[in-house]
Amino acid sequence: MTGARGRKRPPHRSVLLHGALLAASAIAVLPVLWVLLTSLKPRSATLSDHLELFHNPSLAAYREVLTGNDGLFLRWFLNSTVIALLTTVIGVFLAATGGYAFSRYRFPGYRPMLGGFLVTQMFPGIILIVPLFNILTNLRLVNTHIGLVVVYCTIAVPFCTMMLKGYFDTIPIELEEAARVDGLSPFGSFWRIVIPLSVPGIAVTAFYSFLTAWNEFLLANILMTGDANKTLPVGINGYVDQFRQDWDLLTAAAVLIMIPALGFFYWAQRYLVTGLTAGGTKY
Amino acid sequence: MAATAPAVERVRPPWRESRVRRFVRVHWYAYAMLVPVTVVMLVLVGYPLARGVFLSLTDADARNVGNRFLPASYQFVGLKNYTELLTGREGNFYPVLARTVVWTGVNVLFHYAVGLGLALMLHRSLRGRTVYRILLLVPWAVPTYVAAFGWRYMFNGDYGLFNQVLQGLGMAPRAWLNGPVSAFVAVIMVNVWLGVPFMMVAMLGGLQSINQDLYEAAEVDGASPFQRFRHITLPGLRSVSSTVILLGTIWTFNMFNVIYLITRGGPYNSTSILVTHAYIKFFDQRDFAVSATYGVLILSLLLVFATAYRRVTRSDKEVWA
Repeated sequence: MTGARGRKRPPHRSVLLHGALLAASAIAVLPVLWVLLTSLKPRSATLSDHLELFHNPSLAAYREVLTGNDGLFLRWFLNSTVIALLTTVIGVFLAATGGYAFSRYRFPGYRPMLGGFLVTQMFPGIILIVPLFNILTNLRLVNTHIGLVVVYCTIAVPFCTMMLKGYFDTIPIELEEAARVDGLSPFGSFWRIVIPLSVPGIAVTAFYSFLTAWNEFLLANILMTGDANKTLPVGINGYVDQFRQDWDLLTAAAVLIMIPALGFFYWAQRYLVTGLTAGGTKY
Repeated sequence: MAATAPAVERVRPPWRESRVRRFVRVHWYAYAMLVPVTVVMLVLVGYPLARGVFLSLTDADARNVGNRFLPASYQFVGLKNYTELLTGREGNFYPVLARTVVWTGVNVLFHYAVGLGLALMLHRSLRGRTVYRILLLVPWAVPTYVAAFGWRYMFNGDYGLFNQVLQGLGMAPRAWLNGPVSAFVAVIMVNVWLGVPFMMVAMLGGLQSINQDLYEAAEVDGASPFQRFRHITLPGLRSVSSTVILLGTIWTFNMFNVIYLITRGGPYNSTSILVTHAYIKFFDQRDFAVSATYGVLILSLLLVFATAYRRVTRSDKEVWA
């Protein structure tokens, strides 16, 4: 763990180290902090050219976001939450089964399939939009949650599969062999032995899938039409355009959106380093 | 890593079985596990991709693409869209491509350098390390579009934070997002901010996987800190680095949210990269065929890059599956 290996660091080096880390941390949280401070200001103050941290702080913008427009924001919030959670569950399931097969078996088609997964990482969403729109229309899935969930899974699953393959690679196969001798089925040993041992890897993939769905703008903007069907990114994009400058509403909405993302992140981050390195380093 | 198939081999049955049966018996479990993911990918990536390639060979746009009431009436035009783009007749392809390359190169360079620097600092025994780590991860945890809006607000020429500070210091405000160069620098800054935490975490993991005995041995042998970094740390990080740099390059090349939500590719198309340009072709101009052509070209470029990259890293005896 220790780079300095227990030796005392000279004081000026300590100051430099902490100084650099403090500066970096400040830059990292600055936009978030500024969004938070702005959300507490009245609209007039959000459009002032004068620098001030607080200006009659109130929760008025939050009240307007949550209750204004017939609660449309809550509708978007619900849409995004349902879509992100479904993407996470389905995405992790697909990635875990696929990743396990890639980790434990060599079968005809192994290399092309693995290569194919890497290639899908390179897909610009744009190339798929027109055909996807047609398919979803034919399946009557435009403007439905499940349509967007399935599309997001295709974005999240390849990366998650590779990650989990790498993670499963680190779990000794002897454990499964022992379980098989004790009479567990192949699916049983996957479900009872490998999955419980892979919590860090699964946490990272869950996190990645959730964020993919929670963040996506391009496809949602096209595949979900009509105010009530929008997801959060598409919805709040309307607060600020050439005709509106409702930064108070936008920032208040942004804070409300960040809370679940930060909460999820806080839960996942303890697994991040172990999960990501075991998975990410060797495919 | 399991090298042979299948991992948990059953005892070979005493009767002779046909090829097909043996194939099924040996591999059924692997394929069964792959069915869900493969079906989804084939239906939603394979088929649309094929359609997209096909559309790039037509003159499809909003008028002739067809809908519930109107049959499609677009025509097959062969490679016309490609020749228009690649000969520069469509005008925008090469400038936008050059900008995309700069965008990707600068971003990935900063992601990697800053990420590695922060990881090296966080890898020491240090008071408050957990707090620093959580704070530094914030840009990753914040939804991209929220960050993009936040930055756009801070860059605003009339009431953004940066101009408020400049004016507070008695300097003239600047219209950051209205100048081609300053707007491009601004979107790069935002994307660097967004991408550093991923690299930092990957590098931290890489550092933790380096055997500490190597450092002690080197110290005993009198290696300077720089020599230890150069000859132990960097080689130890090479395999993580080659993976995350490839991924980072692909992601940055296709990064849509930051540019589209902050500048929409403007002013005067001066910040658009290939993806945002293709999107504007699709969404604003409804030129589906040209948009699909851009998509195919983006994919081809990345494929060539990834293949070349893998060849180079593999010649360094890297472990690629």
